[in-house]
Amino acid sequence: MNRITGVIGALLRRRAAGIAVMLLIFSLVVGLIQPRFLTPDTLRIVMLAIPLIMVAAMGQMMVLVSRHVDLSMGSMLGFTAIVAGMVFRDFPDVPWWVGFIVAISTGAVLGLFNGLVVTIFKLPSIIVTLGTLSLFRGVLFLISDARQVDPQFIPSALIQMSQTSPVFGIPGIVLIAFGVAFLTYLFLDHTRLGRQIYAIGSNPAAAPLRGIRVVPVTLLVFTLSGALSGLAGIMYASRFGYVNPSITGVGFEFTVIAAVVIGGASINGGVGTVLGTVLGVILLGTVSVALPILAVSAFWQDAIFGAVIVIALLIDRSVRERGARSVVAGHRP
Amino acid sequence: MSGAEDATTRTPPAADAATPRPRWQVILVRPETVTFLFLIVATIGASWLSPFFADVRYILESFTFYFEFAIVALILTMVIISGEIDLSAASMMALSASLFGVAYQAGLGIPGAMAVSLLSGVLMGAFNGFLVINMKLPSIIVTIGTLTLFRGLAQVIAGDKSIGKFPAWFIGIDYRFVFDVPIPVIVFLIVSLILGIFLGTSAIGRQIYQIGTSPIAARHAGIRVNRIKYGLFIAMGLVSSIAGLLAASRLASVRYDLATGGELQMVLIVMLGGTYIFGGRGTILGTFLAAWLLVVIATGMTVANIPINAQLTVLGLLLIVSIIATNAIHVRTQR
Amino acid sequence: METATTSSAGETVISARGISKQFAGIEVLRDVDLDFRAGEIHALVGENGAGKSTFAKILSGVHRPTRGTLALRGELVEVPNPLTAQRLGITLIHQEPVSFPDLSVAENLVLGRDQGSVLGRVPWAKITRDARESMDQLGINIKVNVPMRGLSIADQQMVEIARALASDSRLIIMDEPTAPLTPIEVETLFKIVRRLRDEGRTIIFISHRLEEVRALCDRITVFRDGNLVHTGDVAAVDDEEIIRLMIGRSLKEYIHKRRTEIGEVALEVKDLCLPGLFSDISFEVRKGEIVGLAGLVGAGRTDVARAIFGITPAHSGTIAVNGKDIGVAEPTEAIALGLAFVPEDRAAAGIFQSLSVEHNITAAVPGRIAPRGFIRHALERALANEAVQKMRIRLASLRQPIGELSGGNQQKSILARWLLTDPSVLIMDEPTRGIDVGVKSEFYDMIGELAESGRAILLISSELPELLALCDRILVMSEGRLTADLSRAEATQENVMREAVPKSGVHSPTVAA
Repeated sequence: MNRITGVIGALLRRRAAGIAVMLLIFSLVVGLIQPRFLTPDTLRIVMLAIPLIMVAAMGQMMVLVSRHVDLSMGSMLGFTAIVAGMVFRDFPDVPWWVGFIVAISTGAVLGLFNGLVVTIFKLPSIIVTLGTLSLFRGVLFLISDARQVDPQFIPSALIQMSQTSPVFGIPGIVLIAFGVAFLTYLFLDHTRLGRQIYAIGSNPAAAPLRGIRVVPVTLLVFTLSGALSGLAGIMYASRFGYVNPSITGVGFEFTVIAAVVIGGASINGGVGTVLGTVLGVILLGTVSVALPILAVSAFWQDAIFGAVIVIALLIDRSVRERGARSVVAGHRP
Repeated sequence: MSGAEDATTRTPPAADAATPRPRWQVILVRPETVTFLFLIVATIGASWLSPFFADVRYILESFTFYFEFAIVALILTMVIISGEIDLSAASMMALSASLFGVAYQAGLGIPGAMAVSLLSGVLMGAFNGFLVINMKLPSIIVTIGTLTLFRGLAQVIAGDKSIGKFPAWFIGIDYRFVFDVPIPVIVFLIVSLILGIFLGTSAIGRQIYQIGTSPIAARHAGIRVNRIKYGLFIAMGLVSSIAGLLAASRLASVRYDLATGGELQMVLIVMLGGTYIFGGRGTILGTFLAAWLLVVIATGMTVANIPINAQLTVLGLLLIVSIIATNAIHVRTQR
Repeated sequence: METATTSSAGETVISARGISKQFAGIEVLRDVDLDFRAGEIHALVGENGAGKSTFAKILSGVHRPTRGTLALRGELVEVPNPLTAQRLGITLIHQEPVSFPDLSVAENLVLGRDQGSVLGRVPWAKITRDARESMDQLGINIKVNVPMRGLSIADQQMVEIARALASDSRLIIMDEPTAPLTPIEVETLFKIVRRLRDEGRTIIFISHRLEEVRALCDRITVFRDGNLVHTGDVAAVDDEEIIRLMIGRSLKEYIHKRRTEIGEVALEVKDLCLPGLFSDISFEVRKGEIVGLAGLVGAGRTDVARAIFGITPAHSGTIAVNGKDIGVAEPTEAIALGLAFVPEDRAAAGIFQSLSVEHNITAAVPGRIAPRGFIRHALERALANEAVQKMRIRLASLRQPIGELSGGNQQKSILARWLLTDPSVLIMDEPTRGIDVGVKSEFYDMIGELAESGRAILLISSELPELLALCDRILVMSEGRLTADLSRAEATQENVMREAVPKSGVHSPTVAA
C-alpha cells in the first residue's frame, strides 16, 4: 500500500473504510427487511443508477480539492446532452462516438468559461457557477428552441451502451464510469499535475512559492469538471434515450456534491480521494434504489441527500479540528 | 548610535494630508447610482419595445410575480453585508409553504396554519445560524446543504401533489389593490422603507456593516457579532416563510417545488443592487431599485416574446456581470 | 571555535552590502553590511522590530531590499522571490513552517524541487525512499507517509530542514526556531544544526534566548532600530554586553515625571489559566497606576490580555473589575464593566479599514450615538469631533476611510474610541508599534494623562525603554508564567531582560567555547 502514500493518509483510509462499512450494514439491513434486495438484479439496478453521478463526481471532487465548488454541473450536463442530441437529430448519419466528442468538448468549453470568470475576476466560484447554472440552462433553451430530442434520434448503438457490452455483458456506461474513476485516480495520485491540485487546495498562498502556477491549474480543474459533465451528458442520452431541456440535469449538482462530500472530500480543499468518492457514489446509489424496495416514498431521497451533505460537513469539521489541535500544540503567532 | 535622533527629526508620512475624493465622484461611483441609471435605460428600452410599458399599472402588476423574491432579497442584502450568505431561502419558502398547506388540510385553519409556517421559518433560520455560528461552517456551503435538505423535506411532507382549496379570502393577494396599486407592491414599499431606515440609521444596522467589514475588529469593539448574525439568519427564515405564504396566496396552492431556483433571483437582485459579495457594503435602496430593474428586464423580455426559460440566460449573465461590476467598483473605491 | 572540521570553514558564502529596507516610508533596516562564512552558526539578535527578521527575509527573497546588494561567493545576485532563493541554495525556515498540511511528509519534501513534465509520473517509491533516507540522515524518526497536518511543530521544522538539505541549501536561516519547542526537541534540533555546520553549511540562527545563542552559535550580530550595531565572536562578549547592545539606546526622548495618587485596586486577576498558553497568572492594577507587562514574543502576554477582555476566555481563574467579580465571556460584557483593550494587531483587530474615521471612533458606544436605538448624526458628529480634537488626530475629513490615515493617527482613533466608553481599566497591547517616533512621545503623554485621570493602565510592550519610562511597576512574563513583579526602583533593563529570557532552554555546557 506504500504506493498510495499521497494524500491517502491513515485518516482517509479510515474514511473510505467507514463508508464501505456503512454500505455493507445498510445493504444487510435492507436485505433482512426485504430479501429480494440482496439479488444480482439489485446490483444491476444500482450499477445502472450510478454512472452519471460517478463521472461528474470525479470532476466535482477535483474542483473541491482545489478549494472551489462547481454548481453549474447539472446545466452543463443538460447543455452537452442537448447539443449532442441535436447533432444526432440534424445529422442522422454521424456515428455514435461523435456524440461523445461533441458533448465532452462542449462541456470543456463551458467549464473553461467558469474557470476564466473565477480566476480573472477573483470571484467566489460558488456565486459564479450559480450564475452559469442559470446562464447555461438559458442558452440551452435558446439553442434547442425548448424542444426535446426524441428517442428515435438517439443512435441505437448509444442506447445499447446502457444495456450491455462485449465485456461480460456489463453495460458500457458502467465500464466507462469505472474507467473514468481509474483514470482520475492515475491523474490525481500519480502525476505531478494531479498533486499540484492538492497542493493548491491545501495551501493556496504557499503553492506559488513552490513554483506551482495556480491560475492555469485552476482553469484546468474547471475545464475537466465541464468535460466530465459533458461525458455525463452523453451518458444521459444513452441511459434515458431522450434529452429534455427542462428536465435533463436539473438538480443534478446537489446529488453530485452530496456524493463527493460523503466520500470525504473537504470543502476546505486539499482533501479528497477517488476511492472515497466512488464509495460515496455507490452508497447514494444504493440508498436511492433501496427506498422503493423498502416501500419508503421516493420523496425522501432529496431530503436524505441534503441531510447527508450537512452531516458530512459536520464530520469534516470535527476531523479537521482534531487534526488542527495537534498541529497548533499550544502555540499561536 | 544615532538612530533615535535621526528618527525624531524625520517628517511625518504624507498620508496624513490625503484629500478625500470629490463629493460628486463619491455619489457617481456608488453602485446604487449605477443601478438607478440601468433602471431608467431598461425602462426606456422596454417602452420602445412595447407600448404596454407606458402603462404604470402594467409594470406594477408584473411586479407581483417577483415580489416574493424581492422581499426576501431585502433581508438577504443585510445577510450579505454582514459577510455571510444564505442560499437556502427558496427552499425555506417551499418547506414552510408546504407545512402551511398540510397544516391547513389537517384542519388547523388558516391562522393556525400560518403560525405553523412562520414558526418553521424561524426554526429553519435558526438551524442555518446554528451550523454557521456554533459549528463554524462556511455559510456558503452550509446553505447549499440545507437548500437540498429543506426542499427534500418539503417533498416528503407535501408529496408531489398541489395542496389548495384555501378559502377565497386567503388567495389572490396579487389581485387586490389599494388606490389602484396591488397590495404586494405596497407591502414591498413599506418593508423596504422600514428595513432601509433600520439598516441605514439604527445602531444595529451600523453594526451589521462593521461586522461585514471586519468581524474580528467588530468583536474587539464589543459588537455582539454572533448574536446579530443569528438574528439575521432567523430573520431570513422568517421572511422566507412569509414569502412562502404570499406565494401560496398568489398561486392559490402550494407544491414542494414552489420557488425552485429562486435563490438565483434573490442573489441576483442583491448583486444588481450593488451589494459587495465579500460583505461590508451595500444598501436597501440598491436592492429596492434592483428589484424593479429585474421586473422591468424580465417583463420586457416577456413582452418581447422571449420564452420564460430562455430568460434564464439573461438572468445568469446579469448575475455574473453584476458581481464583476460591483466588485470592480468596490475594489476601486476601497483605497 | 572548533569549527575546523571542514576544509571550507571561514570562506565567505554570502555578503550583504548596504542593505536597507523601507516599509510605507519608514526605514526598518539601514545600510547593513554583513558577511556569512561557510561552516558557521551565526546568531542574529535584537529586540522586536530591530530589523533582524527583515534582514533574514531579504536574504531569502521574501522581501526585496530598497537599497543594497547581495553577493553569493563573490558574485552579485538578485533574489526576487523565495523560489529563486531556494535555487541559489538559500532556505528560510519559519518559526511555524509553511507546509501543505493535507499532503504527506514525503510529498512536502519533494514538492517544488522535483523538476519535470507536469504530466510525468510521480515516482512514489523513490520519493518515499528518499524521504526515509533524509530522515535517517538527520537521525530523526518521522513517518514519511502521514499527512503533515498531524505533525508537531518540531517535526514540521525537521521536515523543513530535510527539505533544505534535499535541495542542498548552503545557507539555512532559522527564524526563532526554538520558540515553540520543548527542551528535548531543542536539544535534538541543536544536534542537527551542529552537524550541518560541520558539513560546511552556514546557519543563521535568529533567537531571543541568549543561553541558546551561547550554547550553539559561533558568531553573533546584534541589530537595534534597523542598524547593525555589533558583529563578532560569541565568546568575545558576555551576556550583559549583548543585552546592553540590544537595548542600549538612551531614553532621552521621554521621561515621564508625574506624581499620581495611586488608588484602590481596579483590576484584579487571580490564578488565570488557559492550557497551552499561560497558567497561574495573578496580579492587580490600581487606579492611577501604569503597570507594564514585559516579556518576549510568545511569552503569553497578549493571550492574557485577550483572556481578560473576553476574546478568548481563560479556562479557570477569576477577574474582578472595581471589586466586582466578572466571568467575562464576551468583549461586550467586559466593556460594560469598564474595560477597554487596544489590540496589538491594529490592521486586523483594531480598525475597520474601509469605514470612515467617524464610524471607527464611535464603534464601541452605540448607546451614546443612538440613545433610542437610532443613530443621531449630530450627536455622533459632535462626539467624533471632540475626540479628534482632544486626541489631536490629523485627518482631512471625518468621512475619510480610516485606512488612509497614518499608523499613529489610526491608533489615536482607536484610543479615542475607548475614551468614549470612559473605561476604568485600559489594556494596551504594543500601542506604539509601527508608529513614528515623533508621535510616540505624544502617546506617552496621553498614557500618562490617562493614568492621572484615575484610570488603571496595563501596558504591554516589547520596547523596554518605553516600559521603564512610563510604568510604576513592571510584570515580567516568560513561557506563560509571571516571573517577576518589579517596582519602579527595582526595574532596570537588565533585570527585566533576565526575567524574560526562558529558563527551560538552558543546556548543559557541552559545547566548546
